[in-house]
This record gives sequence, C-alpha cells and structure tokens, in this order.
Amino acid sequence: MLEIRGLHVHYGAIHALKGIDLRVEQGEIVTLIGANGAGKSTTLMSISGIHAPSSGRILFEDFPVEGMRPDRIVRAGISQVPEGRRIFARLTVQENLRMGAFARSGSSVGNADLDTVYDLFPILRERRLQRGGTLSGGEQQMLAIARALMARPKLLLLDEPSLGLAPILVERVFERIREINRSGVTILLVEQNAHMALHLASRAYVMETGRIVISGDSRVLVGDPQIKRAYLGEMDIDTTQKPTRSA
Amino acid sequence: MFFQQLVNGLTIGGVYALIALGYTMVYGIIELINFAHGEIYMIGAYAGIIAIAAAQTLIAGGIPPIAAVALALLAAMLVCAAYGFTMEKLAYRPLRHAPRLSPLISALGVSIFLQNFIMIAQGTRDKVFPHLFENTVAFDLGSVRVSLIQIAIIVGCFMMMALLHLVIQHTKIGTAMRATAQDKTAAALCGIHVDHVISVTFMIGSLLAGAAGVMIAMYYGLVNYSIGYLAGIKAFTAAVLGGIGNIPGAMIGGMILGLLESFGAGYISPEYKDVIAFSILILVLLIKPSGLLGENLAEKA
Ligand SMILES: Nc1ncnc2c1ncn2[C@@H]1O[C@H](COP(=O)(O)OP(=O)(O)O)[C@@H](O)[C@H]1O
Ligand SMILES: [Mg+2]
Repeated sequence: MLEIRGLHVHYGAIHALKGIDLRVEQGEIVTLIGANGAGKSTTLMSISGIHAPSSGRILFEDFPVEGMRPDRIVRAGISQVPEGRRIFARLTVQENLRMGAFARSGSSVGNADLDTVYDLFPILRERRLQRGGTLSGGEQQMLAIARALMARPKLLLLDEPSLGLAPILVERVFERIREINRSGVTILLVEQNAHMALHLASRAYVMETGRIVISGDSRVLVGDPQIKRAYLGEMDIDTTQKPTRSA
Repeated sequence: MFFQQLVNGLTIGGVYALIALGYTMVYGIIELINFAHGEIYMIGAYAGIIAIAAAQTLIAGGIPPIAAVALALLAAMLVCAAYGFTMEKLAYRPLRHAPRLSPLISALGVSIFLQNFIMIAQGTRDKVFPHLFENTVAFDLGSVRVSLIQIAIIVGCFMMMALLHLVIQHTKIGTAMRATAQDKTAAALCGIHVDHVISVTFMIGSLLAGAAGVMIAMYYGLVNYSIGYLAGIKAFTAAVLGGIGNIPGAMIGGMILGLLESFGAGYISPEYKDVIAFSILILVLLIKPSGLLGENLAEKA
C-alpha cells in the first residue's frame, strides 16, 4: 500500500533522512521505532507532504505522492496524527472533528461520521461543545486520532500517541488503535515506547540517525538482544519480567 | 453636544473597525502587518467613484441614488478583493518562509507602489464623490443633526460585521481560517489547502476595506491618492487597541477609537483628533501590547 524507496530529506544543511526504504501492506500495523532525533517524525511529515524530499520515492497504492500538496495527500487517503497532538485549542471538539473532514466534500460529511468517532471515543461526545484546549492530555490524544479518522483514511500515520500519557491511558489508546485497524484502516505507528509498539504491530523498523538499521517481524525483534538493550531498557537475561514500560 | 459626538464617533469608528478587521485577520493568519492595507481602502474609494461615473454616463438618465451607492460598494468590494488576492500572491507568498522582516519590507513596497500607481493613474487632485443625497438630514434637534449618510454608514458597518462574524464562526471556510491561524501544519494535515485559506483571508479583509473606502468617500465627499496613509495608521491603532489578531477586538477597538477621537474633537479641539489616536497607539504598545482582547502569545502556541 505504501512504499518508500531511498528517501532523503534535508533541513538546510542537516541531512535528516539518509535513504529510507520502508513498506506497509494493506491491513497491517507497522511500527517505526527509534530514539529521539532519529528521523521518525521527518519520515511521517514527508509522507504527508509537509516536507519535500530531496530525493527518493513515496508510492501510495502504486501512485507517486512525494512532493504532492498535503491536502491532496489527505484526499488520496493518508491521514496523520502528529506528534504532540496539535489539536486546535480554541476550536470546539466538534469543530476540530469537522476540520478533520475538511478535504471531503461538504454534503457527504454528515453526522454519521461524527457518530462513528463518538462511538469510538464516547468522552468526546460529552465534550463536543468544549474548546479543545480545555481537554486533558489523554482526551486531546483521542481527539487528535478522531480528527484524523474524520478524513476516512486508508492509511493512518500515528506519531508517538503515547507521549506524555499515563500507562493506563496508553493502554486505552493502543486498544483503540487496534480497533481502528480491525475496521480496515492500515496503520504506520511511530513510537519511542518500543515495548507497546512491538506488541501491537506485526512488523517493525528501527531507525537510527536518519537510517533504518533493523527491520523485521515484531515478535522476532522483541526477542532480539540488540533491540532489548537499546530500545526496551532490559538486560539480555531479563525475559521473564512482565513488560510495562520502556526507556 | 454629547449625542452629536456619539453619532459622529460611531460613524467614523465603524469605518475604522472595517479597516482594522483586515489588519487583524491577516496578522492572525500569517503574522504580517500588511502596511499596504490602507491603500486598499483608498483604492476602494476610487473604485466606487469610477463605478458611479461609468454608470451615469452609460445609462441614459442616470441611476437612482440607492442604486448608485449599491453599485459603488459592489465595485469597490470586487476590485479590492482582486487587489488583495494579487498582492498576497505576488508580494507575500514568495516570502512565506523568508525571515520575518522580508514580508514587512515587501508590504512597505506594495504600499508605496499602490499609492504612486493611483497618483499617476488618477492624478494628484482631489476627486469628488457625487452628491447623491441632497443634504438629507434624518433628524434635526436643534444642536444635533444626524444625516442619512451617517445612519447608513453605522447600519452598514454593523451589518457587515455581523455577516463577518457569521462567516468566521459558522461556515466551513471560516472555521478553517481559525484553524489555520492556530496551527498551519495541523490545518494542512487535516486536508486544508492553507494557501487557499490565506488568499480568502486577504480577499475578505480587502473587500471590507473597500466598503469602508466608499463609505468615507460618501461621508466627506472628497478623496485623493494619499488618504490610505492616515486611515491605515488609525485602523492599525484600532486593531492594536483591540488586540492584534483578534476579530472582535478589531471591531471594539475601531469603535472606541472613533468615539475617543470624536469626543476629543468635540470637547477639547478638532486639532487634537490625530494626537489622540497616536497617543492611544503609544500607550497601548507601552502598557498592554496584547490589547484589550488580545491573548497571550503563550496561549496561541
Ligand atoms: N524543522 C526542523 N529544522 C531543522 N532540523 C530539524 C527539524 N525537524 C527535525 N530536525 C532534525 O532532524 C532530525 C530528525 O528529527 P525528527 O524527525 O523530529 O526525529 P524523531 O521524530 O525521530 O525524534 C533531528 O536531528 C532534528 O534535530
Ligand atoms: Mg518525533
């Protein structure tokens, strides 16, 4: 569904992505993990058309989308939940959601779409007339995901949805992501919380300083000693302990 | 005296508010003080005069006064929207990612260009706005005289502001303008074509200024190529007073400035009108740069 080949991105003199290759198949949950500054957000922003790559290809359903305008990419079927949520703080919850559906033609966006996301996140229905800025961190994350769903994406990009959330909330958010995937939406999940991400995803890519360094089946990667040491904050022998949080 | 100055103040305040809205909407969305905005208002006044003159020569027997006013407003709004659109596209969009000072300098350049362009095209002498209503006084209570034109301007300004409020608060494009003003990247990720929203913002701000230009031309009867300068600074003052970037703030700031000027002129001396406006600008910038309704910059982030 999504195929990235030899993607390079520069910020002025900074070479942020140094030839990324990545694939996501229809219906999958794929995760992209790596330390802060590795280039994960840059990858997602390039897919969404916010950053123009200096070279390389991004194919969505076999159609090149690199360098395309962000609103056209949303229309093509790729939505993103950006890092830090970035909801519209001074718009109401409902206005935030309607903006999520902006790219779709006005008349077809009925209350049915709102009902669908309200059923997924009932708290948002209660809060629909409140300003986005008055929501708690967890509620804002739900709103950011719901807003992205309003575009009816085929592929959903999520950038660190667990950032700054209490563990119980992280679990709730991840449950929703699984549910969204079951409803037919393909997912590319960026995380620093490698443990949770590897358990949710079927395949994983590991990034370091602008390059993909490891990739493969998540179940295999969970057991990989190198991954454990670098990303799961565990010692090699510590396999019996119940996973709770990562570094 | 009091009532007279109140009506005069509301008249001029409404016009300041209409112009101030353009400053504040553009600032809200791209953080640019559009120094050329006063020139758009001046162009609106000329467009209105030219449209009436054209209609009166083309249509045998002339046109009724009400139709002439409507035509002048429509022409000014269309012409100014076109100028606003073009100005943004040619002078500001190429500098979207340039250092902050660059678009500001470009705005000064556009202002000088437009003023000289109209001076060359229309001449340096004052143009007369046709006398459509023969000294019509709506009511005359001895010391208080309120003209039909004043009432029309006050009602017109309030109607346009109410309409703008509806558009901003209750339409899809209005909501997109507010979203884009808050976070352009998030707006783009929602599928909003940000450049399109910025164009619409310039066009709406410009058409309001164009309407203001016609109203003032009708009120004072004379225009020339340099009227955009003072009106522009006054409206900018109103926008800063209300809180730059804040739409209700621009409306309130315009009204307050108009009233203060009018009462100052009535109770102190007409010569102090401009001094009052600029003292307000300096005081607000010194004491509360965020203005009456302005939000802290931290809240915007
Ligand atoms: N807007 C930007 N301007 C300049 N450098 C940036 C910008 N955004 C990110 N970078 C740099 O690009 C690299 C990758 O950043 P990012 O994609 O945000 O990493 P991650 O999401 O994995 O933490 C980092 O070195 C970061 O400093
Ligand atoms: Mg990141």
